[in-house]
Amino acid sequence: MSWLRYLDQNGQQILQWLWFHTWLSVVPVVLGLAISLPLGWVARRYRWTYAPLVTLSGLLYTIPSIALFVILPGILGLGILDPLNVAVALTIYTVALLVRVVADGLASVPDDVTQAASAMGYRPVQRLMAVELPIAVPVIAAGLRVAVVSNVSLVAVAATIGVPELGQLFTIGFQLAYFVPIVIGIVMCVALAMVLDLVVVALTRLLTPWTRAVVAP
Amino acid sequence: MGLIIDFLTDPANWQGPEGIPVRLLEHITYSAVAVLIGLAIALPLGLLIGHTGRGTTLVAGFANSLRALPTIGLLIFFVVLIAPHVHGKGDTAYLIPSEIVLVLLAVPPILSNTYAGVQNVDPAARDAAVGMGMTGRQVLLRVELPCSLPLVMSGLRSAALQVIATATIAAYVSLGGLGRLVFDGQAQQLYPKMVTGALLVAALAMVTDLLIALAQRVIVSRGLSGRYSRGRTLARDEAPAELAVHAAATGQP
Amino acid sequence: MIRFESVTKRYADGTVAVDQLDLVAPSRQITVLVGPSGCGKTTSLRMINRMIEPTAGRIWLDDRDTSTFSASDLRRGMGYVIQHAGLFPHRTVVDNVATVPLLLGQSRRQARSHAMELLELVGLDAELASRYPAQLSGGQQQRVGVARALAADPPVMLMDEPFSAVDPIVRAQLQDEFLRLQAELAKTIVFVTHDIDEAVKLGDQVAVLRVGGHLAQLASPADLLSRPADAFVASFVGRDRGYRALQFEQAPPLPTRAEPVVRLGVDLASAEGARVVGQSLEGWLLVVDDENEPQGWLDLRVPPAGPVDQAAVHRGGTLARQGGSFREALDAALSSPSGRGVVVDDEGRLVGSVTASQVVTAIERQAAADRGGERQATRVGT
Repeated sequence: MSWLRYLDQNGQQILQWLWFHTWLSVVPVVLGLAISLPLGWVARRYRWTYAPLVTLSGLLYTIPSIALFVILPGILGLGILDPLNVAVALTIYTVALLVRVVADGLASVPDDVTQAASAMGYRPVQRLMAVELPIAVPVIAAGLRVAVVSNVSLVAVAATIGVPELGQLFTIGFQLAYFVPIVIGIVMCVALAMVLDLVVVALTRLLTPWTRAVVAP
Repeated sequence: MGLIIDFLTDPANWQGPEGIPVRLLEHITYSAVAVLIGLAIALPLGLLIGHTGRGTTLVAGFANSLRALPTIGLLIFFVVLIAPHVHGKGDTAYLIPSEIVLVLLAVPPILSNTYAGVQNVDPAARDAAVGMGMTGRQVLLRVELPCSLPLVMSGLRSAALQVIATATIAAYVSLGGLGRLVFDGQAQQLYPKMVTGALLVAALAMVTDLLIALAQRVIVSRGLSGRYSRGRTLARDEAPAELAVHAAATGQP
Repeated sequence: MIRFESVTKRYADGTVAVDQLDLVAPSRQITVLVGPSGCGKTTSLRMINRMIEPTAGRIWLDDRDTSTFSASDLRRGMGYVIQHAGLFPHRTVVDNVATVPLLLGQSRRQARSHAMELLELVGLDAELASRYPAQLSGGQQQRVGVARALAADPPVMLMDEPFSAVDPIVRAQLQDEFLRLQAELAKTIVFVTHDIDEAVKLGDQVAVLRVGGHLAQLASPADLLSRPADAFVASFVGRDRGYRALQFEQAPPLPTRAEPVVRLGVDLASAEGARVVGQSLEGWLLVVDDENEPQGWLDLRVPPAGPVDQAAVHRGGTLARQGGSFREALDAALSSPSGRGVVVDDEGRLVGSVTASQVVTAIERQAAADRGGERQATRVGT
């Protein structure tokens, strides 16, 4: 069967999988970021928490994804096929990755800048939102790009335990020893990863207009 | 939970060609081979690129884009491609494509960390080394390599973790290893078996991480790590931000 | 001896860093290359050991063209000290110093014991030998850098702003010790700095370079200060030239007056104390210790209650050695709170006091003699 015919016949299904795959890749990153920001701030603000937080997240990150996909249902009481497991697992991964990135991103803000902000009368929370976070954006964004791209690959793995997303193209291809779905699957995963990466880059540029400014001669 | 303990304590599961020890050994073997081959390829290449400074953009782009490839897709692709052509003993048909993919995964972290490590060597130290008459090779081996060891070791660590994780998934394409417990358990509807496999993989990953971290402590010069027994210590625990993302991206806590 | 013969360095984009430089750095002396940023001083230095290759011209090491050596052989015969020391962070201090001897094939034990001797020579404590560079202060690291450059006993030393990265007090110490070392070792040294004061202090001869790599003037420090070749050199050398030139002129024996003193521990209310106060001049009394070494002044408007002790002493005023430079003598007189400069002998014991006008009279007499006849300015020994 040629490529176009395959796409034609299974197009609907593939698009559904793509949609689901995108959700499963993006939502955990957004959630993960929302959780990591305060955690990273705590790790930075209260120095003694940095080591334990970073160690714990490092530990979580070493656990292979499939292990997490399998263990979580038991802990959360969900069915194995429930995609919520995948979402929770990926959120955990994203947090594990980003906590350290956020802490170090905030640490990368030059001391003079934070002290100048305080001297001008910013209260700590204001200073965080108005000064430190914006400056830390490039570092955090770099971490986000890594998180979002690896998530696309990790979601595909979940097809092996039955979750309906682009990874199904691989399992089908394997069962049928058939190249077409496999290659389509790889191409679409890579394309999705690149699109999401570009989205993060675009958002970063939007949030950091000063990095685009032309340096005075 | 109780079922899992039952599974673990059932002696039948510890014997035979599909027993836990066999699977564990298979997993360790497949992973170790891939990491060693990856090291043999990536370390010299990374040293060369870092030392000469040529090809960094190419390599950086390559290493980054590899992350976008779905590992399960690659595994299945290579198996479907190669297995029909290999008519040897049973497992080889699945072993070769799996090992290819595992090596492909092990190379980028080691490669990018190695050349970054070499490039991050204090330029004054490098200048002094050349100025005192060291040849290019001597500078590389006596100064750049030892000084880049911290980053090289962290690349090795993340490569090992990647490989162990992917070797688990490779069980889906009929490779042995702890992943087999997961997928066989799925086929047999035995959840405790799946969880045992998953827990063992997680434990293996953590132990490996710990062992490499310990090796790192032993191998890396104390002058670099800041671990002194006495005398003044200068603060060296805040990594610069770019290295932090790099570290997080390559999986080192 | 190092000789530059019409040496030029031109880069691919057309910038000329060094333009037809002709320069001789005599053996066993310190030649300083000094100038503003972009004058090619570091480039010229790095062409000597071929870290940078000249585009044209030749550099001679005694009677051999440096291009006829292999680069690494050439460099192993020259000590190279750079601004941030460039110590190997992964090796201990003693292993850092032992690097070149090991490269040349010495045994590890030999190289290390020689390294320990060198550490002592540069004024470092033996217990620092097993530490790592990150555990040392900036000044200590620089000393290790110098020791490392000296390890193979090279006849030539190339030094690129070695003391610029440390604070001024440490820098002055390092400069003084460097001069002491050179007095002992007599190496051929080419030294680069952007600081004209450092150049004048350290150099036996100073080469001032202009932006674009031209040699503006090559002269002894004294001549540089008193006869700058053109407007550029004059402005680079800066102001206070007359005053700074005084440091190179040895003062003839100065007419000192005997200065009444009070010893530490004497109570001004006692008979001894009253007698000394009676001898005092203009309300100021010099305090000395038991070896007759000056400690400072007593302001008799606020006399101490009880015996004279260290806390009561006013420490204004520097000391001038008899036989030191005019600059020392004048500064002693100007900085003294009583208006009388304290002059001491080589052991630090009191000789007498001298006023500013007495010093200036001596200076003027000397200058008149210079204008009248031939005389070389003798450099004051350290």
